[in-house]
Amino acid sequence: MRNIAKPIGTYLIATVFLLIAGYPFVFIFQSSFKSQMEYLSNIWSFPKSLFLGNYERIIQPDFLRYFGNSLLVTVITITLVIFIASLASYVFAKMEFKLSKYLFFMFVIGMMVPVHTTLIPVYVIINKLGLYNKLVGLIGPYISFCLPISIFIITGFFQAVPKELEEAARIDGCSHFVIYRKIMLPLSLPVLSTVAIYNFIYVWNEFIYALVLVDSAQSKTIPLGIREFYGMETINIPGVLTAIAAATIPLMVFYFLAQEKVISSLTSGAIKG
Amino acid sequence: MVNPQFIDRAVEENKKIRNQSKLQYRLMVVLFLLPALIVYGIFNIYGILMTFFYSLQKWSGISAKMSFIGLENYVKLLQDPVLWHSLSNNLILVVVSIAIQLPMGLILALIINSGLKGMKFFRTVYFIPMLVSTVAIGILWSLIYNPSFGMLNAILDLMKMGQFKTGWLGNETTAFAAVLITICWQFTPFYMILMRAGLVGIPNEIYESASIDGANGWKAFWNITLPLMAPVIKTSAVLSLVGSLKYFDLIYVMTDGGPNHATELMSTYMYKNSFVEFNMGYGSSIAAFIFMVAIFITATMLCFTRKTRVGE
Repeated sequence: MRNIAKPIGTYLIATVFLLIAGYPFVFIFQSSFKSQMEYLSNIWSFPKSLFLGNYERIIQPDFLRYFGNSLLVTVITITLVIFIASLASYVFAKMEFKLSKYLFFMFVIGMMVPVHTTLIPVYVIINKLGLYNKLVGLIGPYISFCLPISIFIITGFFQAVPKELEEAARIDGCSHFVIYRKIMLPLSLPVLSTVAIYNFIYVWNEFIYALVLVDSAQSKTIPLGIREFYGMETINIPGVLTAIAAATIPLMVFYFLAQEKVISSLTSGAIKG
Repeated sequence: MVNPQFIDRAVEENKKIRNQSKLQYRLMVVLFLLPALIVYGIFNIYGILMTFFYSLQKWSGISAKMSFIGLENYVKLLQDPVLWHSLSNNLILVVVSIAIQLPMGLILALIINSGLKGMKFFRTVYFIPMLVSTVAIGILWSLIYNPSFGMLNAILDLMKMGQFKTGWLGNETTAFAAVLITICWQFTPFYMILMRAGLVGIPNEIYESASIDGANGWKAFWNITLPLMAPVIKTSAVLSLVGSLKYFDLIYVMTDGGPNHATELMSTYMYKNSFVEFNMGYGSSIAAFIFMVAIFITATMLCFTRKTRVGE
């Protein structure tokens, strides 16, 4: 008796949580195919026909540009973060020098610093550099914000690479840069991809820097875009839900393709952070 | 016999080479660190210092005019009831996060770790809220709470409990609770995957030998699972503590701190003072205050839980 009751109970609870976690997304997608009229007449029903008007509203120059902007900023940021953080991590993991510990601490303590602490100075710096309202202006702060956790994770991994590998390379006359490029980077591809995923989720969804540093339609990113759309179309709920769906789809597709990797990246970022 | 002069010269040469390679070594260190130091130096280190500098100024942020007023902003800050109210909201958020998200996360982790069929599907769905941008979640839940055509009121109608219908976010008594529920909904999956990582790390043999000794179900949970999960739970607590001080997006989108500061957090209050009312001197002192609270809490945590230090 007990043996049957337990799994049934577990499934029951699991299903309740499944509805709580998942139903809002079902709701988003089903509503995105309804017109405003149909939505208001019965918000729970499945769409009677596939109404594509909402998606047509989304596929407009502005919204597509937000998409492109987010993609561009995310890709550039991640590439640079991986490069910059792995170089620094190499030093922290494999080269000894006096200030090493202190500098490493200075970087990782950044994980504890709330964004808001540097918000005003970043706004001032970006203005002074003439980068306000420019996409490029977002990249510096994003990189800086991603560095602590990235350096932390990558250094941990580099430290685990056996010393013998390096020593053998050194005897063959390899410089530190060659060791970094030919040994450490290829070996650490898994951890670099972990860091990339971790930062991808963060940068793609980042809001507050973008809010403060960008105001023109030219340079807005997706989170700003859907927020703006929401402001304009509060009454058109299916329209707003469609915008949310559109902003969410890329991450969902990515997640379904690389689920294990996504989960392990968040876990390693957290367990180590 | 080797000529002693010869040896001297050899030693000299050797030293030179060593010095040279030492210099080279240092150059390498600097070159490798330089990009990180420049970016981090400008936006983080310099940023933090400038926040403290601005906090001592009377400064709108729009005009270049800035005048040194010493600690005046801080005096004002300490007497500002809204700041204390938002600090207490932040602390409530910390408590709720730890008291609800962590246990819920553990329950979900136990469910997906139960080994029953189909758990991979459950895990996949449970995790989705974690991926979606906070802005999107904020909008979604604003629509759920919407007084005229929101899902929540529609559910109440379905359950014939129409008398409880209200504008959840516009009502001072319900707004903060409504926001807290959303936050728990968003972040519980995160603790789920942390807890699950911890559960996977507990070797099955322990349970097997315990079950021989007659420890099953609750007994095993209290005496094996929980103690062995302690490090993960501690880490989660630290993360949710630090995370609670950083909340912004969701509140900004859902209520903007209103109604009447009911959902105000330190971060939204700082943003409003700086970028809406353009009082960046005062905003900076709030930012500095947030920084000090974060550092204080982190330092306290480090003292109490040596094991959950950054770096382990």
